[in-house]
Amino acid sequence: MAEIVRGQFDRQMRRRRLHGQIFHILCLVSILIGLGMLAALLINIFIDGWQRVNWSFLTSFPSRHPEGAGIKAALFGSIYVVALAGALAFSFGVAAAIYLEEYAPRNWFARIIQINIANLAGVPSIVYGILGLEIFVRFLDLGKSVLAGSFTLALLVLPIVIIAAEEAIRAVPPSIREGGFALGATRWQTIWRLVLPQAFPGILTGVILAVSRAVGETAPLIVMGALTFVPFTPDGPLSRFTVLPIQIFNWVSRPQEGFHEAAAAGIIILLVVLLSMNALAVLLRNRFQRRLEG
Amino acid sequence: MVRHQSALESSFSDAYAAANAASRWKRYLPERIIKVVLFLCAIVSIFTTIGIVSVLIFEAALFFQEVSIFEFLTSTKWTPLFASKHFGILPLLTGTLLTSIGAMFVALPLGLMSAIYLSEYAPETARQIVKPVLEILAGIPTVVYGYFALLFVTPILRAISDDISVFNGLSASIVMGIMILPMVSSLSEDAMRSVPRSLREGAYALGSTKLEVSTRVVIPAALSGIVAAFILATSRAIGETMIVTIAAGQNPNFTFNPFVPIETMTAYIVQVSLGDTPTGTLEFKTIFAVGLSLFVITLAMNLLSQFIVRRFREVYE
Amino acid sequence: MARNPSIIETKQLNVFYGTTRVISDVDMDVETHRITAIIGPSGSGKSTLLRCFNRMNDLIPSFHMTGSVLFGGQDLYDASVDPTEIRYQIGMVFQRPNPFPKSIFDNVAFGPRVNGFKGDLNGLVEDSIRRAALWDEVKDRLRESALSLSGGQQQRLCIARALAVQPQIILMDEPCSALDPISTQSIEELMRELSNEYSIVIVTHNMQQAARVSDYTAFLNPGEDKISELIEFGETRQIFTNPTDERTEAYITGRFG
Repeated sequence: MAEIVRGQFDRQMRRRRLHGQIFHILCLVSILIGLGMLAALLINIFIDGWQRVNWSFLTSFPSRHPEGAGIKAALFGSIYVVALAGALAFSFGVAAAIYLEEYAPRNWFARIIQINIANLAGVPSIVYGILGLEIFVRFLDLGKSVLAGSFTLALLVLPIVIIAAEEAIRAVPPSIREGGFALGATRWQTIWRLVLPQAFPGILTGVILAVSRAVGETAPLIVMGALTFVPFTPDGPLSRFTVLPIQIFNWVSRPQEGFHEAAAAGIIILLVVLLSMNALAVLLRNRFQRRLEG
Repeated sequence: MVRHQSALESSFSDAYAAANAASRWKRYLPERIIKVVLFLCAIVSIFTTIGIVSVLIFEAALFFQEVSIFEFLTSTKWTPLFASKHFGILPLLTGTLLTSIGAMFVALPLGLMSAIYLSEYAPETARQIVKPVLEILAGIPTVVYGYFALLFVTPILRAISDDISVFNGLSASIVMGIMILPMVSSLSEDAMRSVPRSLREGAYALGSTKLEVSTRVVIPAALSGIVAAFILATSRAIGETMIVTIAAGQNPNFTFNPFVPIETMTAYIVQVSLGDTPTGTLEFKTIFAVGLSLFVITLAMNLLSQFIVRRFREVYE
Repeated sequence: MARNPSIIETKQLNVFYGTTRVISDVDMDVETHRITAIIGPSGSGKSTLLRCFNRMNDLIPSFHMTGSVLFGGQDLYDASVDPTEIRYQIGMVFQRPNPFPKSIFDNVAFGPRVNGFKGDLNGLVEDSIRRAALWDEVKDRLRESALSLSGGQQQRLCIARALAVQPQIILMDEPCSALDPISTQSIEELMRELSNEYSIVIVTHNMQQAARVSDYTAFLNPGEDKISELIEFGETRQIFTNPTDERTEAYITGRFG
């Protein structure tokens, strides 16, 4: 039987090897296309914009004349809005994560909160803009202000912070908590003095990623009503404002080439900020992992 | 000596007892307050959802008092800002579908193949370099991709064919595909890497080539995760705003022609927000009807993706 | 016992992971239509040695080896040899049952399909499952997922899957270590059955199992320097009743390992 059947295999090794090699090359090419596009994007923007990146670009207000236009207003707006949004998302997000991981009973309500958070993370950012417009700008009557913008962005990145903080807290071994309880510490004392210090680098990584998301967000703030042409820096939480991505968007939409250069220069600033934040997050994550494996 | 020690002990325990009595309230009241505060923070997310849903439904309901749902869903003209008003979402829907499907045509093969390369072929060192670089790609703001689409990809496309307008769905699709590629590849790769090594070995032991192991064992075993990744990425593309706003145009054309200007649902919301349409008018309320449609579509896809992961996940020991 | 021709011969086989040598200077013959057991304490490189016989170790980046492994007289590690070609002629059964998440039928049909089988696939699948003594249990549910089978059934399915590509030899890497005693017994009976047509090499940490099923036994043991060597290789009866090396005797009588 065995001998008879053997002859019926037509293995075609040459063809299969060839297919395998072609497939390998295709896979490699795919990934190179992705990386190549990234390179093309970075190089293209650098070539378009690097001449405009200088001190006066950072310290000038936008202008009708592309040569004189700068990002001062947008830069200050971004810093105010994102710093406030980050602080809000950090405090609420970490608190929520602590509740969900350390306090919440494992019941249907906790499950609903979890599913809800997962789904909120998938809601298009522009929908948060509509929410911000209706709730913060109109209902709470904050106007199209720095405060309303920060609240909107804080809600947008809150799920990211919660999910990251939950993971970081979960990674703290239960034995640490048991050790705390065994010494008579209350739950909060255990969390505050033992769990959070351990989880902190992981939480921080999540917060940095969330903030870097907030830095780049454009659509929700446009919908919420942030201005596109702002010749002033915000002078308080209720001041009107613009942010860097909106300024870039505004310049991209202009037909004049000079504004496109300004947009590219703005993008360079934006990317430098984002890349340094990402690098920081990666660095923290690596240190954190080493300590856990340690 | 012995007496001395016990005296010392009792003075310690007295001190503890006194501290305990005095601080019972101090210790446990804050505990309860903290728990309540943390709970309130946790339900902010619930209120966010309630806020989104109620705002969209409430405002959209006002819109639908003046425009019939039938017209909204069937009319092929979307001209709320013109003198002769039509409120058919189909042009915005086709615009959204055109760009998202186009993006998936780019992201699906490239993302899946990249994932296969990273999971099955790449040496560990290459993987450790490429993955963070792809994460950078995922972290670039969409307005930057918009710039890239309009001022880099579109000119190239127009050099290839004269039929392509300055604003077109094709360029936006390609760049959006690049934007969601890292998401497709990283989620698919996670799914593939969770396929146990023993399955790969089983297939190799039967005389399979790497291609056959990848396509006949690893991908089928990881299929639920891969499909979920595609759906999630498509949902992301549907909700994406800045690339399509900048590069695809603001002309609600009922067409699947990728060469002409179109408008997506998200781009329309931005267009109204940037304009001078007074809030409270019917024209302005359109953004809630469009926003609600967008929310429902993306939510449905996200839920579907989660369902697939839960329902079809193969459980290995 | 009459000597059969060799199917696998190793010559001065040394195995390294990175720069660390884990197995040194193994010379052994595997005869056709016999069951050869490889025994030794855990960490003695039994599985590593077995995986040299079908170039499975190639999948581990840091692996390399010196010396040679001859399969039917041909050097498996010759530069011109495609490991895929080799593995198709050498079946393998793993420590834990590893059925693909496909139907029972598709699991067995996988190898024939991949290797371009042109004949009666249904017949081949049935024949393979019968040989693995699983047919009566699964004949009515061939389209069901293989993951629905019990551990012992899954392992016999994996044996059927290996048989379907008509290998000349079957390597078994502790095939019963994840199974209960009853499943173990049925697999052992199956091995005796299969040895009429196939050559079998089995790695086991269970000496009784080696004594029960095998014709020849090889004893691997790590020395002081943690490098494993082949201490003794011979007929199972002789190894277990009258070992020539005192380390073998110590291991078999349970004095260490």
